[in-house]
Amino acid sequence: MTEREKILGRIREALSVAAPRPGGAHAESTPAAASVMAQSSTPRSWLPKVGEGYAERLELFRQQSSDLKTELRVVASTGGFRDELRRLRESDGWKKIGAHAGTLVKGAIADLGLPVCWTDSGYKVEELENCDAGITECDALVAQTGSVLITSRSAGGRALSVLPPHHVVLARRSQLLADLPEAFALIRQRYGTDYPSFISFVTGPSRTGDIERILVLGAHGPRKLTILLSEE
Amino acid sequence: MVVTLFIPCFVDMMYPRVGISMVRILERLGHSVRCPESAACCGQPAFNSGYWDEARTVAEKTLQALADSEVVVIASGSCGAMIKKFYLDLFRGTPNERAAADLAGKCYEFSDFLVTRLGVTDLGAHFPAKVTFHDGCHGLRELRIKSQPRKLLEKVRGVQLVEMAEEVCCGFGGTFAAKFPMISTAMGEVKCSHALATGAEYIVSNDSSCLMHIQGLLDRQKSKLKTIHLAEVLATT
Amino acid sequence: MNTSARQFKEQATLLTQDLRHRQLIQTAIGKYEVVRDRVRSRYQDWNAARQAAAEIKWEAVNHLDEHLTRFATQLEARGAKVHWASTGAQAREIITNLLREKQARSIIKSKAMTSEEIHLNAALEQAGFEVVESDLGEFIVQLRKEPPYHIVFPAMHLTRHQISELFTRELGSAPTADPEELTLIARRVLRQKYVRADVGFTGANFAIAETGMISITENEGNARLTAALPQVMVTLLGIEKILPRLEDLALFLPMLATVGAGQGLTCYNSFYGGPRRPGEPDGPEEYHVVLLDNRRTELLADAEQRDSLHCIRCGGCLNVCPIYRNVGGHSYGTTYSGPVGSVITPHLRGLLEWKHLSYASSLCGACTDICPVKIDLHHHLLQNRRNASASKPSRLERLAFKVFAYVINRPGCYALVKKVGRMAQRLHPLVKGSRLDPAYAWTKTRDLPPIAKQTFKEYWSSRK
Ligand code: SF4
Repeated sequence: MTEREKILGRIREALSVAAPRPGGAHAESTPAAASVMAQSSTPRSWLPKVGEGYAERLELFRQQSSDLKTELRVVASTGGFRDELRRLRESDGWKKIGAHAGTLVKGAIADLGLPVCWTDSGYKVEELENCDAGITECDALVAQTGSVLITSRSAGGRALSVLPPHHVVLARRSQLLADLPEAFALIRQRYGTDYPSFISFVTGPSRTGDIERILVLGAHGPRKLTILLSEE
Repeated sequence: MVVTLFIPCFVDMMYPRVGISMVRILERLGHSVRCPESAACCGQPAFNSGYWDEARTVAEKTLQALADSEVVVIASGSCGAMIKKFYLDLFRGTPNERAAADLAGKCYEFSDFLVTRLGVTDLGAHFPAKVTFHDGCHGLRELRIKSQPRKLLEKVRGVQLVEMAEEVCCGFGGTFAAKFPMISTAMGEVKCSHALATGAEYIVSNDSSCLMHIQGLLDRQKSKLKTIHLAEVLATT
Repeated sequence: MNTSARQFKEQATLLTQDLRHRQLIQTAIGKYEVVRDRVRSRYQDWNAARQAAAEIKWEAVNHLDEHLTRFATQLEARGAKVHWASTGAQAREIITNLLREKQARSIIKSKAMTSEEIHLNAALEQAGFEVVESDLGEFIVQLRKEPPYHIVFPAMHLTRHQISELFTRELGSAPTADPEELTLIARRVLRQKYVRADVGFTGANFAIAETGMISITENEGNARLTAALPQVMVTLLGIEKILPRLEDLALFLPMLATVGAGQGLTCYNSFYGGPRRPGEPDGPEEYHVVLLDNRRTELLADAEQRDSLHCIRCGGCLNVCPIYRNVGGHSYGTTYSGPVGSVITPHLRGLLEWKHLSYASSLCGACTDICPVKIDLHHHLLQNRRNASASKPSRLERLAFKVFAYVINRPGCYALVKKVGRMAQRLHPLVKGSRLDPAYAWTKTRDLPPIAKQTFKEYWSSRK
């Protein structure tokens, strides 16, 4: 018998005795188990509230971003990405950037005049590490949590968005979703038949509180997260 | 209404004034009180130590003594939790299972009885002092008693209630206090420091067992802070 | 008293009197509580969310065989290799052999309590591998050669000055009291390790049965780097980490962040479903997942306490526990400390050796109230006590409760005992607070109220 069979065998034997449902003997009055299971695909009614419509979502996303220390810049059109990147190049003294060949990214960095480490068909880790920023697209933004949803397909692999000290995300208005349930629905709809090997919700720049619970940004990942959102 | 008052063993021995205050209050409200002689202890010490058979011996007697009551009022949140909730576990699968469930349905902790069952909050009490309130954990988390004592205190003339920074256990915990005295004491010290920080003269609670532990620490520290049971506050005129 | 119980008492005695420790932990947890409560108050219905989370975990755990099989099948379909380990020793062997086969030398690790549970680092180091913890807190306690103090905040017991001294001693860095500087020092050291590491090792917070993915929750980005750079990735996880569907994460990720760290969502919540796929630019060539039983099936077999396998290791129950706060994480001597540790350790490592942890509780129930998956923690402590007394009662204690029951059940006898007690207590001041005092455990630090001149029962019969 393999270990797999042994473990599964022990599990089946253990489960031959039924366990009480949660919220049993000592629970406060809670809805019947069945009704909650039926609703459990819609946690929307319990999670923090998100308003209707784009304006309210944007306002919430702005609020979340500021709490998280994410820099959010809203521009009128995707053309505005170029100006914002030029501004960042100047203010932060960028010498080299990492990027992937997404339509938005290519357009935005075309005239930036900096050497680019493209990750699409492989790259040297040392080279990417020496970039001042990683510029990526994303799958969605989530107003409820201030998150950016990325995958290895939408954002140039696993490392581009975490190895350089600054992660810049390019997004469009239509990508701003209300909440996490909506984001998970999108993941399923977009990738359900063939999931990428890496999917991540990025919520603010890298941080740690491991020393006396004092917040420090840029623990291992990027110290800065900038989101450029085109209203087009 | 005929109210059966259950006075637990340690209240009987060390805090008779708490019981007497409850009798006065209930009678003042026009109810007649009975205290069955053979109901002496809920059996919690043995139960909490894991000796369920021994606990059952004690609990059975109390269960029988209280069974034919109209309502039962319990003079401590902790014993209230034992009778109202843990008897169901203790007697599960025994001939007393039904009786335990019946009893649970008509049991009230003292403050809960006044507020929830009788709908009374103003007892005409007068207690001019700054106080803070300690929630005994069993009352708070097993019986969900939190607003009731506060509603009662609100109506006491002269009382000023200042809440503590944190809702945390005082460290009594029954036999725990003797089995792990160092942990129990440290927890009590934290509790006392929260209480002192409020600037109150009294710590009021609806559980004498917590107060025994807290007052014991305060006395040893020669602190001026005093403890008093809610019923004693409410019985003042 | 057995060794574990004795060590617990000794350590607890030291720590409860260490006022510096008390202050440090109160402050750290105080900060966490403020943000936790703020984030939690944004939920439309926190308790319904808890109930739903408990239901989902119930489903996962009570059909564990089906979900695990599905998880493994899905992962393997996408080129990952799934290993099954009944014991810690088997898991260590699987991982060591794998590293040998890959001719690996250095391993970069992101936080994994499961690896603490099976003492993986020691085994790997003994086998000649270099193992580096990359989570800042874990890195710090690894340098100190001690286990994590807390399952979420491993270095909560240390001040920045202690950490600075440690870094100066072990890494040769200049002393600094600036947490930012200290973080940078660790970042620089660990970056080098990442680039050189042959294997990236991680734990997992959740395993999604339906899609065959693991989910890792973190703030620093160290797990993301661990999963991105090395050519081989290994994940070790307990079999109870299962969630049925991908969408379940929409509830579990924010709840874990809320109770675990007081955040709406932690910085990175990443799902990994196999090695790098065709067309992807990076990620490991090989992905291995090791599923660990290590007596979890024994816990599963206890239907009464099966819900303790719902635990998502958020650490919430440790944070609210007044015992944990006063004795500290190391006193327990277990991988999982705090209320959940006291509940499960007797199952994982032996009831009689570890039952003392179930007694070391005032049963206040704060843990049960905070638990995001509604594990009936403090009642399980009572059940452990019951099971321990049933399997090996203390003669003395049992006798005491029998005598107590005898007296209290006989009103005349009880009344007499009170009278005798009232007389005897006149002698109490002679021994009070000394070791001769029969109530020493109480009176060493506390006064004891006397038996009243007139007990309530005496008052009551005098009225009649
Ligand atoms: S028992 Fe509950 S509160 Fe404690 S760590 Fe596990 S999930 Fe969190």
